[in-house]
Amino acid sequence: MQNKSIAQMAAELRLRTYSSVELTRHYLERIARLDPRLNSFISVASESALTAAERADRAIAAGDAGPLAGIPIAHKDIFCTAGIKTSCGSRMLDNFVAPYDATVVERLAAAGAVVLGKTNMDEFAMGSSNETSYYGPVHNPWDADRVPGGSSGGSAAAVAARLCAAATGTDTGGSIRQPAALCGITGIKPTYGRCSRWGMIAFASSLDQAGVLARSAADAACLLDEMAGFDPRDSTSADVAVPDYVDALDHDIAGLRIGLPKEYFGEGLDPRVAASVQDAIKEYERLGATVKEISLPNSPLSVPVYYVVAPAECSSNLARFDGVRYGHRCENPKDLEDLYKRSRAEGFGDEVQRRIMIGTYVLSAGYYDAYYLKAQKIRHLIADDFARAFEEVDVIMGPTAPTTAFPLGAKTDDPVAMYLNDIYTIATNLAGLPGMSIPVEPVDGLPVGLQIIGNSFQEARLLNVAHRFQHVTHWHQGAPSGFE
Amino acid sequence: MQWETVIGLEIHTQLATQSKIFSGASIAFGASPNTQACAIDLGLPGVLPVLNAEAVRLAVRFGKAIGAEVAPRSVFARKNYFYPDLPKGYQISQYELPIVGEGRVEIVLGDGAVKSIGVTRAHLEEDAGKSLHEENLAGGGYTGIDLNRAGTPLLEIVSEPDMRTPQEAVAYARKIHQLVRWIGISDGNMQEGSFRVDANVSVRPLGQTRFGTRTEIKNLNSFRFIERAIQFEVERQIDVIEGGGTIVQETRLYDPERDETRPMRSKEEANDYRYFPDPDLLPVEIDVAFIVDAVADLPELPDSMRERFHTQYGLGEYDASLLTAGRELAQYFEAVVQATAEPKLAANWVNGELAAALNRSEIEIARSPVSAAMLAGLIHRIQDGTVSGKLAKQVFEAMWSGEGDADSVIQARGLRQITDSGELEAMIAAIVAANPGQVEQYRAGKDKVFGFFVGQVMKESKGKANPQQVNEILMRVLASD
Repeated sequence: MQNKSIAQMAAELRLRTYSSVELTRHYLERIARLDPRLNSFISVASESALTAAERADRAIAAGDAGPLAGIPIAHKDIFCTAGIKTSCGSRMLDNFVAPYDATVVERLAAAGAVVLGKTNMDEFAMGSSNETSYYGPVHNPWDADRVPGGSSGGSAAAVAARLCAAATGTDTGGSIRQPAALCGITGIKPTYGRCSRWGMIAFASSLDQAGVLARSAADAACLLDEMAGFDPRDSTSADVAVPDYVDALDHDIAGLRIGLPKEYFGEGLDPRVAASVQDAIKEYERLGATVKEISLPNSPLSVPVYYVVAPAECSSNLARFDGVRYGHRCENPKDLEDLYKRSRAEGFGDEVQRRIMIGTYVLSAGYYDAYYLKAQKIRHLIADDFARAFEEVDVIMGPTAPTTAFPLGAKTDDPVAMYLNDIYTIATNLAGLPGMSIPVEPVDGLPVGLQIIGNSFQEARLLNVAHRFQHVTHWHQGAPSGFE
Repeated sequence: MQWETVIGLEIHTQLATQSKIFSGASIAFGASPNTQACAIDLGLPGVLPVLNAEAVRLAVRFGKAIGAEVAPRSVFARKNYFYPDLPKGYQISQYELPIVGEGRVEIVLGDGAVKSIGVTRAHLEEDAGKSLHEENLAGGGYTGIDLNRAGTPLLEIVSEPDMRTPQEAVAYARKIHQLVRWIGISDGNMQEGSFRVDANVSVRPLGQTRFGTRTEIKNLNSFRFIERAIQFEVERQIDVIEGGGTIVQETRLYDPERDETRPMRSKEEANDYRYFPDPDLLPVEIDVAFIVDAVADLPELPDSMRERFHTQYGLGEYDASLLTAGRELAQYFEAVVQATAEPKLAANWVNGELAAALNRSEIEIARSPVSAAMLAGLIHRIQDGTVSGKLAKQVFEAMWSGEGDADSVIQARGLRQITDSGELEAMIAAIVAANPGQVEQYRAGKDKVFGFFVGQVMKESKGKANPQQVNEILMRVLASD
């Protein structure tokens, strides 16, 4: 049952082959049995899930069910959910239950989706291995000694292990695409502003974007169809018409012009990963695409620029967690300053504190121009690189991550090595562009992701390009052993 | 040594919107604590600000009213600092690109001289909440936080350091206060904190061009306090310098009880606000159509009205500035003028009897029991001789206490002037006949005795005799024989 596509499940729910309650119970049972090996969920909401499933069954019976009626999904624990704890992977919010739903949550609920629970993540989405979570690391279903990637590591592992039909994620510098690659699933980060950020706990507001982790492009399209669109509650959400992503999946891709940035195939890339990616591109040529080498000359600057812009915004965004109104508060503060210092020192983990300090530093008087302003200028140059590239190609392809999943603990003592894992994904966030990762041929039994980058609001094109590949290959169907 | 004082003011005026600047919560004053604070105002995780267009419209009105450029593109920035009544850990304000650029206003000094004061900029920002340092709150040892005010839209109006005396500073503050109310962007209520003034004060030896080190006196909420706080601060700074000390750049608070300024507690010591553009808000882009719409119903401004009263009605600068202190007062005056075509008489009545009565009763012009039409009615009766100028004051008092319009009062109290010459002739003849001694004196050349007869006539007529007619008849009667 857990290997069916969302379209198939939706059809069978409508045919009453099984009910949503049965499907939901099936997933809840899998979570109870299998998740102790993965730690991919922070909260499992059995009761509310079954209530929602019953409601979906009634709607289906009444003939007024939404497109995702009865489909069990999970939300990254960064999306506020009324009634279910929203921790953001942090001790700071271990006691926090939001009084409202995020727009993404609200829209998927309106489409009838059933929420099984909230998935584990790097604390405040800061990390590439899911090891910074207050709730402990998530294990990669393909190899329990390896990381699932991050920060949406819980969502990626849960989808790969078939503990939910699909899951939401957020991507600030690669947090959907990199874990999708490391867990062998499909992930899409839409254009900045495509999905509302209302109710999504902010890490770096100018980079954060909600997206989907699923087992196929077709499944991702089903969710994105419901999630995308303008939201008056988010001033940065785009008032641009949303095409039907499912409708566009089967479009012919003959004549597709693919650009391969030479900067994405250089030093630091595992040659076996490179070979797997090159094989996938050959498959695209067989499908009628043409391939051309391009250059994104400023892309080597994307990691340093990102580690100025993102921490700067996070240092301000996380200032609200002060122990005054909600969240963690230290015991017996002796005065206001003690309350602030201890609540924040106890509530935030090391990586979050590191980024708050970096961000505070780069915004400080005397450093602002040298760091923050300069980073913003380079950010424009990076966006210009892409704009130039899209004058001659339709999509850009390359590896999602330089290596396959690395062992737990391998990079926890070396933040810079950890940061470099996002070297191919960060630039798209800086430019606000949509990006995807789809599984290609594994290396040594570990998944490899092909990254597909499109121009602004070209999500339909990306999903179409990914779907045509998945139509003729089977890499996306492989399930990790023990989770089939 | 002779010292020169340099003053600049930063005025925070609360904008008269229905809801907050970035949320839909109400800004009505006086609600119980935290009942007007929504998730956005509380700074809950995941919430986002959405700009209230009405606040922008009101800021544009202000910009146009001081002849400033309204920025086609302005940017909201975050001012980062920690304080319990600042829920997000930053205040959304405008920093490098404010919505209103340089402008000017004119103040009229006590001697009638007009001085132009520069406005550097005005920017939109959100207010913080309120800390309630009350004893026994939650059993003692706690400070309460009321976030009702958090997110209230403010326009911060920053002046050039153009003022040289506390009186000029007050005149400027009054001018801005007059203006924001005049153009309907703020109620200007100082008791409720809708109009708060920070004063930057420094002194320098007269003739020196470089500014001295300034101190900032925060949160002055009455015109009297502005004047006294600055006065104190100037004297303090001169004392410090003359005593061999130096002025420390710092923030000070004025204590009205002890009439002195004191350094504020170290809450803000060495704050680096780390301003940067707020990534949750797009730049505010204002096109011509928006500006045209925002100022479409902008009334004639006080400075131009004052000037017009001066030229069109021939009023003095001082009278004209009194009449344009508030828009309702000016409208009242113009209504009286329109009905009577007697601007000087109208100005005398409005600035005289009416102003005194309003002041005595402590009410605003809008609630005056004597309407413009009623005052015009009275002036008509003065003009057509129905009532003498002296009795008119009695009529006014009666109208003020609700006895009806001028005609009814004159009727009811029998205050109509006696203009019937037959009646006056008879009355005068009788008085002349009854006072032969005085008649003798007058005829012997003692002109002053004429006044005695006038007094007798007025007494006999209870003040209602038309003085001009009385004069004429008396002259004639006394000259005859």
